[in-house]
Amino acid sequence: METAGGLILFLVGFATLAGIASVSTLGLNICWGVTGLFNIGIAGFYAVGAYTSAILTAEPSVPSNPHLGGYELPIPVGWAGAMVISAAIAWIVGKVCLRLRADYLAIATIGIAEIIRITFRNWGALAGGSYGIHRIPKPFESLPQPWAEIFFLILVLAVVVVIYWVIERGINSPWGRVMRAIRENELAAAAAGKDVERMRLQAFVYGSALMGLAGALSAHYLKQFLPEDTEPLTATFLIWVMLIAGGSGNNKGAILGAFVVWGLWTMSEFLTDLLSAEWATRAAYIRVFLIGLLLQVVLQFFSRGIIPEKAPVIPRGESNAAKAEAG
Amino acid sequence: MVEFFNDYILSALVLGSIYALGAIGISMIYAILRFAHFAHGDFLTMGAYFALPLVALGVHPVLTIPVCMAISAVIAVGTDYAFYRPFRKSRPIIMVIASFGVALMLRSLFQLFGGVDDYYYWSIQPPLESLEPFLVGAKHLYIGGAVIVLISATHYLLAYTRTGKAMRAMSDDPDLARVTGIPTERIVVWTWIVGAALAAAAGVLLGMDTRIKFDMGWNLLLPMFAAAILGGLGRPYGAIAGGMVIGGLEELSTIVIPGDYKSAVAFAVMVLVLIFRPQGIFKGRVL
Repeated sequence: METAGGLILFLVGFATLAGIASVSTLGLNICWGVTGLFNIGIAGFYAVGAYTSAILTAEPSVPSNPHLGGYELPIPVGWAGAMVISAAIAWIVGKVCLRLRADYLAIATIGIAEIIRITFRNWGALAGGSYGIHRIPKPFESLPQPWAEIFFLILVLAVVVVIYWVIERGINSPWGRVMRAIRENELAAAAAGKDVERMRLQAFVYGSALMGLAGALSAHYLKQFLPEDTEPLTATFLIWVMLIAGGSGNNKGAILGAFVVWGLWTMSEFLTDLLSAEWATRAAYIRVFLIGLLLQVVLQFFSRGIIPEKAPVIPRGESNAAKAEAG
Repeated sequence: MVEFFNDYILSALVLGSIYALGAIGISMIYAILRFAHFAHGDFLTMGAYFALPLVALGVHPVLTIPVCMAISAVIAVGTDYAFYRPFRKSRPIIMVIASFGVALMLRSLFQLFGGVDDYYYWSIQPPLESLEPFLVGAKHLYIGGAVIVLISATHYLLAYTRTGKAMRAMSDDPDLARVTGIPTERIVVWTWIVGAALAAAAGVLLGMDTRIKFDMGWNLLLPMFAAAILGGLGRPYGAIAGGMVIGGLEELSTIVIPGDYKSAVAFAVMVLVLIFRPQGIFKGRVL
């Protein structure tokens, strides 16, 4: 009975973290999968979201380590704030950097993310510096276990479903088709009279807002948020592997990729735990190596991912291609 | 004046020349293979780590540089063969993702074999008394000498050898180079050899100046990109100038802002250059 309860808690925790990761992968899918914006600053927006929500909702900081915050606002206000502030920062970054070619944008976004992380780590008065922010409220935490965890999971999954639905509507609308057109051929899209710069900025801002929301969700899940929680390895790199493995451009693929890769990541931890203590710490690095290798294998041999992107349905009877096929 | 030299100029020169050595490779790879090589910082770290066992055997760190350069060059060519070559014909951005993965794999290997501890080639040495009041240590003289030798050798290679001239031709215009009969695949291999060897040397020099740690190179990636872009992509001499400028600005910035935010300076310079003069100071390629 004891072990069964433990197993449930473990699975619920696993699904919660995978669900939070899929919020990030959906955000990245808007940027990279749909619009082709190479954003590798996920960790930065994730940090902004997490700290914003923590500052807005946490209890006042301890006198020994004062920092901004302690407003004890309702949690939904924190989440909304996380998305708004992440979006605002993304808007500023995008205004300056989105005109750059893809590689330059990559360098620019990773630079911004590092500067954001350095700022949070060093500016104690803003977010507690290396001590981080503690006593962040968690939804349903007053319920008995395992119900508190299960309800939190349901909340996360509900968020994922809502985001999925909104993005699906978006990318199957004329808006989404313009985004794909920009990804495939920017000049042609501009020649067709589309405001490429504005559309790219929109995709970047929406995607980054979701990354901020993912950060906020994890801050409330962990109940405390430290600079280590914004490690680019998990906050940026794993998200990229998830999206590419799952199938970039496809929202179902983005979510599936999050669960599959998070599953592999967690299982590899089980395997390394079986090793002796001396090797267990070292084996943690082997896991990272294998994730890097997985990315290379996916890129070289399965570049379209588990669920490849589907061409959008064109809602005006039979398309010419279908007619040609039938004839 | 003496104080200014001790506090800022000396460290700016050391940092700038390390950036310069790393930025040459980034600039050439960017121009010839058309992608931002995100694992270049980890090539630096690789060089620094390869020197460790030799230093433990009693070899002077400066003398380990050629060995580290050779091993790193071989590994770089192997990495290119395994992880970048399959994507030569696809969009360059895929190679950026692949190099991001290579960076992660290399870093996990450093941690696997070296742990998270810091390593040092030697204990802290007092500044040389003969050069008072300038606080110049023996390490600074070794670093300076090594940089002069390395930059001169690079200059000789690029300006006087067939391979070097072909590399410059290819970084100017790969298509034109191909139609004039330059064996492009072989030049690509040479680009990796030169770029990785210089990065490895920069890593050993950085290790001599400070310490050896698994993320030492990764943390230098942004300023090295900034240096390469500032100097103009495909312009090795520009990369050297860019490295010195970025190193100088970063050190001088500590007069007005806390040292923790140094990397923001490199970033700001890079973004400004990309917006107002994307070809860099030496009229490099705009990709």
